[in-house]
Amino acid sequence: MSALTDDTLPVTPRAMRDEMIVFAVMAVLLAAVPFSGIYPFFVMQALCFALLACAFNLLIGYGGLLSFGHAMFLGTAGYCTAHALKVWALPPELGIIVGTAAAALLGLVTGFISIKRQGIYFSMITLALSQLLYFLYLQAPFTHGEDGIQGIPQGHLLGVFDLSKPTVLYYVVLVGFLAGFLLIYRTINSPFGEVLKSIRENEPRAISLGYKTDQYKMLAYILSGTLAGFAGSLKVFVAQNASLTDVHWSMSGEIVLMTLVGGLGTIFGPVVGAFVIIAMQQYLAGFGQWVTVIQGVIFVACVLLFRRGLVGELAHLLRRSL
Amino acid sequence: MQALYAQLLVGLINGSFYALLSLGLAVIFGMLNIINFAHGALYMMGAFVAYFLLNLGGINYWWALLIAPILVGIFGMILERTMLQWLAGLDHLYGLLLTFGIALIVQGVFQNYFGSSGLPYSIPDQLKGGVNLGFMFLPIYRGWVVIFSLVVCLATWFLIEKTQLGAYLRAATENPTLVRAFGINVPRMITLTYGLGVGLAALAGVLSAPINQVRPLMGADLIIVVFAVVVIGGMGSIMGSIITGFALGVIEGLTKYFYPEASNTVVFVLMVVVLLVKPTGLTGRAA
Repeated sequence: MSALTDDTLPVTPRAMRDEMIVFAVMAVLLAAVPFSGIYPFFVMQALCFALLACAFNLLIGYGGLLSFGHAMFLGTAGYCTAHALKVWALPPELGIIVGTAAAALLGLVTGFISIKRQGIYFSMITLALSQLLYFLYLQAPFTHGEDGIQGIPQGHLLGVFDLSKPTVLYYVVLVGFLAGFLLIYRTINSPFGEVLKSIRENEPRAISLGYKTDQYKMLAYILSGTLAGFAGSLKVFVAQNASLTDVHWSMSGEIVLMTLVGGLGTIFGPVVGAFVIIAMQQYLAGFGQWVTVIQGVIFVACVLLFRRGLVGELAHLLRRSL
Repeated sequence: MQALYAQLLVGLINGSFYALLSLGLAVIFGMLNIINFAHGALYMMGAFVAYFLLNLGGINYWWALLIAPILVGIFGMILERTMLQWLAGLDHLYGLLLTFGIALIVQGVFQNYFGSSGLPYSIPDQLKGGVNLGFMFLPIYRGWVVIFSLVVCLATWFLIEKTQLGAYLRAATENPTLVRAFGINVPRMITLTYGLGVGLAALAGVLSAPINQVRPLMGADLIIVVFAVVVIGGMGSIMGSIITGFALGVIEGLTKYFYPEASNTVVFVLMVVVLLVKPTGLTGRAA
């Protein structure tokens, strides 16, 4: 089986330095958004999806596992956070913890089931599991079915930061995104991440070297699900609702699309991909179902013409790791 | 008891569709190493072709049963020639992503022109009405769907397991290079195989048109259930796909009678149970 990324560059001090520079530029640019006149709601939404796509990318780009059900983490964390805030009237920080913990637990349970199979079966199993959850949430009373949970109070984070103010909320979401991003970056460049990459490249050899590959994949899966859940919890404060759309298979498809457009297995690709896809949805909102068609065309074009994605192609061109 | 038998029949009908679709998936996966995510969309196209034939060309159901699978099969072969063939040698995941994209395109285009509501397709005159079997009333069309699907499934099994052509096909699945060395045109066989699998999906679409109405998203949720069926049954055996498909349909029908709340989820729950007990699937080899 050929690898997902055909040109893996070694991790060198130069590569690390490049990545830190790009990261710094990205952080500064994002921090400047409230002063630029760009609609902050759009950027906040994109940041939540960017973190979600990064979490997904940890699994596919570094573990070689294509989850076609990552919407289940987004939706589960969203519903739990929304419920905690609205019904239990918990403060925001506890709401986020409840949602993220729920996603972690979901990762533990679904990982135990899905990691048993590899490759294409893993994708089908995660898709089926997320569809199972979709129907459960459709029928469960606390999700309010088709209506979803609406009018969620944003509250004061740690009793200090008033999240109903767009600028405050923006920086809270930004800090959450950057923290999640750095955690993923650290994971990829840790010994754990190296083992993960070796499993992606050649699992039988990793096993022969004595690694219990299932445990590594399981841990990566739970971490990915937890971070995706964290993104889902943050998104509740931005959108102020939690609905079935977030658990639907088409959402899982969008997460895959964002990562594919940006570049599977690149560090910054999912962020770029998320911004591109969210922007596209904003601008094409008036075209109805043609958005779905365009997304399909992008899928086909990415797979057939540029499998490295936007950032991957750029990195290949510059011979740098991004 | 009437209701129980009625749900069993509905289960058998759904089982027919599961069997026809998972059979096609298994055949395609064997030759192309691709999980065809577009299968649900092509099933939907089959139903729409039947609808167009009737309403635009005045061509009846019986001809549609023949023409729709051929037309959709040709469409599938074009897809294979223009796109899928370039994925040979790449990771399996790209096939899934590509066919997912194709499914989005096809479903999106149909949604644009036909919305999300269903279009009616009436049962052909010869199959209208029903017979009283003593213990239940059997609508003739529903009985026809089950029997006809079963015949098609068995014919496909026979074609692949018992004929010369099937022997080439199985050989090419095992070792395409060697089969090519014997002078057999493997790329053409791959194209025809994809056409066959897709044609089976379209046939299921025509069969379901009078029962489920013709809707752009009729295959979107169905394909996910069929994936679960494929995980449960494994894709290693043709007969395994057929039996698993029908069996799961019946179990789903029974669930609708005894515990209707779980009828949407029972196949997925069974998948979880099978994975916990026998991770390789009921008939499958380790993948």
